[in-house]
Amino acid sequence: MRRIPLIPYLLILPGLVFLAAFTHFPALLAFWQSLHSTPRGRRPATWTGADNYAAMLADPVLMKVLWNSAIYAAATIPASIVLAFVMALWVNGRMPGRAFVRLAYFTPTILPMVAAANIWLFFYTPGFGLLDQVLSGLFGLPSTNWLGSDRSALWAVIVVAVWKEAGFFMIFYLAGFQAVPPALAEAARIEGCGRWTYVRRVLIPLVAPTTLFIAVNALINAFRVVDHIFIMTLGGPNNATNLLLFHIWETGFKYWDTAQASTLTILLLVILAAVAAVQFRLLERRTYYR
Amino acid sequence: MNFTRFTLAGALALGLAQGALAQTEVVFNFPVAVGGPITAIIDEYAATFNAANPDIKVVPVYTGSYQDTIARTLTQIRGGDSPAMAVLLSVDTFTLYDEDVLVALDDLATTEADKAFLTDFFPAFLANGQVGGKVWSLPFQRSTPVLYWNKAAFAEAGLDPEVPPTTWAEMVEMGKALVQRDASGNVTRWGVRIPTSGFPYWLFQGLTTANDSFLMNADGNEVYFDSPGVVEAAEFLVALSAEHGVMAPGIIEWGATPQAFFEGESAMIWTTTGNLTNIRSNAPFDFGVAMLPANKRPGAPTGGGNLFIFNTVPDDVQKAAFEFAKWLTSPEMAADWSIRTGYVAVSPAAWETEAMKAYAAEFPPATVARDQLEYATAELSTHENQRVTRVLNDALQAAILGQKTPAQALAEAQAEATRILAAYR
Repeated sequence: MRRIPLIPYLLILPGLVFLAAFTHFPALLAFWQSLHSTPRGRRPATWTGADNYAAMLADPVLMKVLWNSAIYAAATIPASIVLAFVMALWVNGRMPGRAFVRLAYFTPTILPMVAAANIWLFFYTPGFGLLDQVLSGLFGLPSTNWLGSDRSALWAVIVVAVWKEAGFFMIFYLAGFQAVPPALAEAARIEGCGRWTYVRRVLIPLVAPTTLFIAVNALINAFRVVDHIFIMTLGGPNNATNLLLFHIWETGFKYWDTAQASTLTILLLVILAAVAAVQFRLLERRTYYR
Repeated sequence: MNFTRFTLAGALALGLAQGALAQTEVVFNFPVAVGGPITAIIDEYAATFNAANPDIKVVPVYTGSYQDTIARTLTQIRGGDSPAMAVLLSVDTFTLYDEDVLVALDDLATTEADKAFLTDFFPAFLANGQVGGKVWSLPFQRSTPVLYWNKAAFAEAGLDPEVPPTTWAEMVEMGKALVQRDASGNVTRWGVRIPTSGFPYWLFQGLTTANDSFLMNADGNEVYFDSPGVVEAAEFLVALSAEHGVMAPGIIEWGATPQAFFEGESAMIWTTTGNLTNIRSNAPFDFGVAMLPANKRPGAPTGGGNLFIFNTVPDDVQKAAFEFAKWLTSPEMAADWSIRTGYVAVSPAAWETEAMKAYAAEFPPATVARDQLEYATAELSTHENQRVTRVLNDALQAAILGQKTPAQALAEAQAEATRILAAYR
């Protein structure tokens, strides 16, 4: 008779318990609730099948929200990765005041998002805000209502997200660069290849696992971090900065429509799963783990 | 053996001790929405009340913002750990009524004195707490929007610094005189600032009420967003920047409004009386407080939080909570609360107390809010309140941004709100 190996299961048990309790069970519960109506007062929840999904797809606000979220992700992910890489290259070299520059780049990461959002709210304030004072003081430009116009509001919150995240990702690149053997840089120099070629042909491929890790994190954050929306715009003006997670929060905790919020949560899960699957497939082929 | 006997004796002693005290515990969730040592004041009130009523023990719990407080309270109720009472937005009355968690205060008011007490408040404050002819919440920390004006800027613009605008036309006219530009033609001072971020519907009600039109019915199941008076009010709001050029274009941030006033970015601002203490201590110039300007009539909405008691706690706890709520809104306490926080005292009797009279004499702007109450209406509140309000907010912002005409935006909002409210008619 073959004995079931108990030890491996015991070893993964703690992780499994937490994952099941805080990830799998809530996801299943949300799916279950999305198939029912929202219980209110004396009216208990009833089975409604796909009604919530039909209502969700018919909602014009959701289309706007999905579009916003797509732009937000497509802008913040590459921008924060590229910026993090450039900053890491910059502070990796020998330069006076290196520790200070590193600290300056990392500071936004230490700040809570709510604090950062409040600072930027002041930067963006038309009239007496920092941006306006600089722009009109130095260049005589007219005052701009960055957060109060539907054309600029989404980009204004994207800038805050990139500013907040790039410093954090820089730390990973910095660690990645330390792991690249100096012999390769010397060899490249002896072979006579330029700095750009070295970065492109040696550095970028060697830190590819780091890039994958950062890309996954940036993707998660693009959907997960909406704290600044609460402080800066509340999804306005007229839903111009309404992102999917903020929309879910509003549906669940302001409208108290838990069934509709669960339905939106399932949509978020499906989107995240799909994007993560694509990302892993695409990047894994081009990533060399050691 | 000894151990068992020991614990048994201990348990008995504990049980006896509790029996002897027979205290009813009243858990009270409250938010903090304005500056100042609010939590310390509430703790002090609870301690004073507990000392005077040894059979009741009020336990105040600070629960964050209004939004945090309703989220926490409803979650507690659903989880079977209900608080006895809470301070929540008065406009959430319908939401909580629909959740079937409220106790009607008329049912708790058994004596004649109690029944009379329920009608002692300013009607404009009481309105938001009533559904189906019953009172479901008591006015507590209430406010109303007023106009603050910068007397220095008025004098500089050649206006009488002691005379604020009393009509829409005057506000536009004075606003034009107050607008200031630099050499390159950029505006450095705007005439008026009506914030429109986040929850524009509230100050917008200051316009619709003055235009003698209403946003909803008392049953909270019908809205009138596309009525001519409401559309006119929205057109006026848009015209302030688009046509008259007295207000900054785009969506104007609510939170930065007092700062904009201090910096001289705007010479007149519309904001809540809750900012009175803040502006009084920080404005670097002489300022005045006035009622919102009138059009067809004077008018403004009310705002702020009410006291709610939940039907999810035992009867004796509900009764104890009602005792505390009555004490908290009694004239003397309402006056004390108003003086220390800047909220408007909620009953005419509170304004007749010695403390309140002395305060009003020392700081006359505080009475502007009271005088405005005569013309005030209930804040926009319906079934599915937050959802309906959001529809109106989006429509107003779309109109301000020029994405739609006011008439078109409000007609669409009316259709959407009517669809949401269909289930309640």
